[in-house]
Amino acid sequence: MKYDTIIIGGGMSGLVAGIRLRKAGQKVAIVSAGQSALHFNSGSMSLLGHEQGRDVANPLVAIERLHPGHPYSKLGAETIRKYASEVAPLFAEAGVTLKGSAERNHYRLTPIGMFKPAWLTLEGYASVDDPKSLPWGKVLVVNVAGFVDFYPQFIELGLSKAGLECVSRTFILPGLETLRKSATEMRATNIARVLKDEVVLEMASQINSYLKETGSDTVLMPAILGLYDENPIRLLRSKVVKPIHLVSTMPMSVGGMRAQMSLCKYFQKLGGTYLIGDKVTAGRFEDGSLKAVSTQNLGDMPLEADNFILATGSFFSHGLEANPTSIYEPIFGLDVEASEHRPEWCDMDIYKKQNYMQYGVVNDDDFHVFLQGRRIDNLRAVGAVLSGCNSMKEESGGGVSLMTSLKVADDILNGKGGKK
Amino acid sequence: MNYQEQNISANNFEDCIKCTICTVYCPVTPFNPNYPGPKQAGPDGERYRLKKPYFYDEALKYCLNCKRCEVACPSNVKIGDIIQSARIKYTKSKPSLRDTMLANTDFVGTMSSAFAPIVNATLKLKPVKVVLDSVLKIDEHRQFPAYSSQKFTTWYKKEAAQKQDRFANHVSYFHGCYVQYNYPQLGKDLVTVMNAVGYGVHLLEKERCCGVAKIANRLVKEATRDANINLASIRKSVADNRVVLGTSSTCTFTMRDEYPHLLHIDNADVRDDIMLATRFLFNLVDEGKVKLVFRKDFHKRVAYHTPCHMEKLGWSVYSTSLLKMIPGLDFVALDSVCCGIAGTYGFKKENYKYSQEIGSALFKQILSERVDAVATDCETCKWQIEMSTGVHVDNPISIVAQALDVEATMKANGVSI
Ligand SMILES: Cc1cc2nc3c(=O)[nH]c(=O)nc-3n(C[C@H](O)[C@H](O)[C@H](O)COP(=O)(O)OP(=O)(O)OC[C@H]3O[C@@H](n4cnc5c(N)ncnc54)[C@H](O)[C@@H]3O)c2cc1C
Ligand code: SF4
Ligand code: SF4
Repeated sequence: MKYDTIIIGGGMSGLVAGIRLRKAGQKVAIVSAGQSALHFNSGSMSLLGHEQGRDVANPLVAIERLHPGHPYSKLGAETIRKYASEVAPLFAEAGVTLKGSAERNHYRLTPIGMFKPAWLTLEGYASVDDPKSLPWGKVLVVNVAGFVDFYPQFIELGLSKAGLECVSRTFILPGLETLRKSATEMRATNIARVLKDEVVLEMASQINSYLKETGSDTVLMPAILGLYDENPIRLLRSKVVKPIHLVSTMPMSVGGMRAQMSLCKYFQKLGGTYLIGDKVTAGRFEDGSLKAVSTQNLGDMPLEADNFILATGSFFSHGLEANPTSIYEPIFGLDVEASEHRPEWCDMDIYKKQNYMQYGVVNDDDFHVFLQGRRIDNLRAVGAVLSGCNSMKEESGGGVSLMTSLKVADDILNGKGGKK
Repeated sequence: MNYQEQNISANNFEDCIKCTICTVYCPVTPFNPNYPGPKQAGPDGERYRLKKPYFYDEALKYCLNCKRCEVACPSNVKIGDIIQSARIKYTKSKPSLRDTMLANTDFVGTMSSAFAPIVNATLKLKPVKVVLDSVLKIDEHRQFPAYSSQKFTTWYKKEAAQKQDRFANHVSYFHGCYVQYNYPQLGKDLVTVMNAVGYGVHLLEKERCCGVAKIANRLVKEATRDANINLASIRKSVADNRVVLGTSSTCTFTMRDEYPHLLHIDNADVRDDIMLATRFLFNLVDEGKVKLVFRKDFHKRVAYHTPCHMEKLGWSVYSTSLLKMIPGLDFVALDSVCCGIAGTYGFKKENYKYSQEIGSALFKQILSERVDAVATDCETCKWQIEMSTGVHVDNPISIVAQALDVEATMKANGVSI
């Protein structure tokens, strides 16, 4: 089967590149082995949150100070500024509302009651401009009885440290009776399936009565609604008499799943082919170019294309793998930037800098990858599989994925950076 | 150093990272509170069962064996296989008369075809359905597929067999119970299409039910017997350079993957030669080996539904690409979700309600798209969707046959028979 571009990996990076290419009229297929890191998303994308242990106020300015091998340094601040403004509109087309600015980080509230810098935040999630002056007044934290992936005590502790008065209440919803029979099924995503229409109205009225009882000004609740679209969130917000915000829960992330499903649907609606549950296993190279890839399911019928994008994520998604002696890229055996000395991979102190986090495939200024030192002209890498950034430490994961995907898609469309 | 690899069991249950992604994509969990869900029923439960079979939970019978959990799992855990293997290994009770009846699709089919008009009439009668419901626990709301009075093979031997040798190329056809007893038209359509592009279609020397229903109802001995008979014939066919085509995603999936995974029968030598007709045909066209010429007066709005086993096979791209080749076809992609029937599952009284709830999202989408027909590669999906929406359902091969200009196609491929 022949396509213009084949994308390996269907997480945020692969989908964003796919949407861009498909909108420009390319014939595109995405092959994705399993679900992606978006399922664990905090409700926010970060562009650059930390710099040498300190919070970043203006990511676009701080980006200029990054080391030369960083993906952002390869893109340059101007390109990043341009693409940063295109992300929210692109997600909006797919039905996902994102709010925020690249010139000024806002703060998201973590499940353990701390505030962390963020760039774009999903509809409904709690965010503030400045954690030192919270605009919330007295806060009511509500939770559904039996839901254990959310800890109101941590939120209360965090907020009281910031000087806010806080009360918490739980409520019982009739629609959740069946789920509650099996404690392990009281997961955010399962609850979210039930929380719509009348159940949301019932929930709103219970929250309103708690608001009255406690005299609170703002409500915080776990992000357990809005799995398929944003309607339940909007409905709830319109019925609760005070401002209400969502706080991310322990995984699964309802907002992240909504983003994944919406982007995937949008890509398919645009006419893209999405092969889910299939795995690229090998490639056929000729003269410095990748000609075709084979997959587990398609067997002896390989996928051919003019261009290929590697968007397979990091260790978590098996874009990179490790055994006791080496770190490698499992599909093609591409050149990887990683220490050959195992003790250097990680620090036993989990809170210290972890070197393995910035390992990834070697890539040039246009994100082309290398096989045994030779550049592959039509295979580029995007997102978490790239080397050169420690996205956990820097809080840059979402941004790196989005920026590199848009850039690589545009380079392919402009016929740039091909054969040298 | 591969000690890690050697520590992983066949179904990878040790690879589970407890992320719960599978739970989210299981069609049963949201509707059936008694089902523990794929993570708990699969890798979590397996840990306990390996220690003591006592931990086996009868609620595993609610699993549809749809494998959507496996498709979603990022860690390649064979969740569905773990669950089905556990059912086979640990269930104490014998399969009931009803389960045995539902599972023996070929035996019941043989009986029914012989008396088709009577069977069709009686299965529609209220008193008969009430007896089925109360005595056999087959839900009275379920509409039974009609039985055809002429079996596919009877038609084939009478009308098609003689000329098949005259074609330049050859394939074998695993028709399955559904084409044989309920809907021979699909088999006829396949013969029409393949003949038009210059391929003779042959029956296997012997064909038994693929065994999917027997496996689901734990009749493992019978399923294994049938599987071995099928594989022996498939091997003969492959030795004659004839790949084996199916028109049912479930039969094809069962013979390729459930034989080795659940029945532990090695089919590695012929697995790649068992495939869906849409895959084979698409590839012929894609490689420029054959041409399809379509009629100018064919106009239909068709929505494609991805059966669960098709999702697992990862082959819907072939069926949909074929459909998209038809100029007069207005293609609609439906969300890939389970229709709820899962073979014999939805026939059982204890499952009927869940079955319809699981499918409800799909039925709603189909009705809202205002299509002329739904296309899908699975026969039980067809029954379920037709019963629940009233919209006509056809196999992609039948739709290709309807849209094909047979004479022009034969001419374009230089076929003169
Ligand atoms: C647990 C976790 C939480 C995170 N939370 C946040 C957050 O809150 N905010 C933020 O900005 N960033 C976060 N990140 C960073 C995250 O990596 C990026 O934001 C981004 O989602 C990465 O997207 P990606 O598409 O590059 O990779 P992934 O999302 O990892 O997707 C890779 C995809 O490739 C597929 N794949 C792998 N190998 C193959 C193969 N051989 N064949 C076919 N497909 C294959 C995988 O199945 C997967 O679907 C988080 C990361 C992790 C791991
Ligand atoms: S999706 Fe896979 S890894 Fe995650 S809980 Fe289920 S079986 Fe385990
Ligand atoms: S096979 Fe289907 S029904 Fe069974 S656990 Fe997996 S997703 Fe659920």
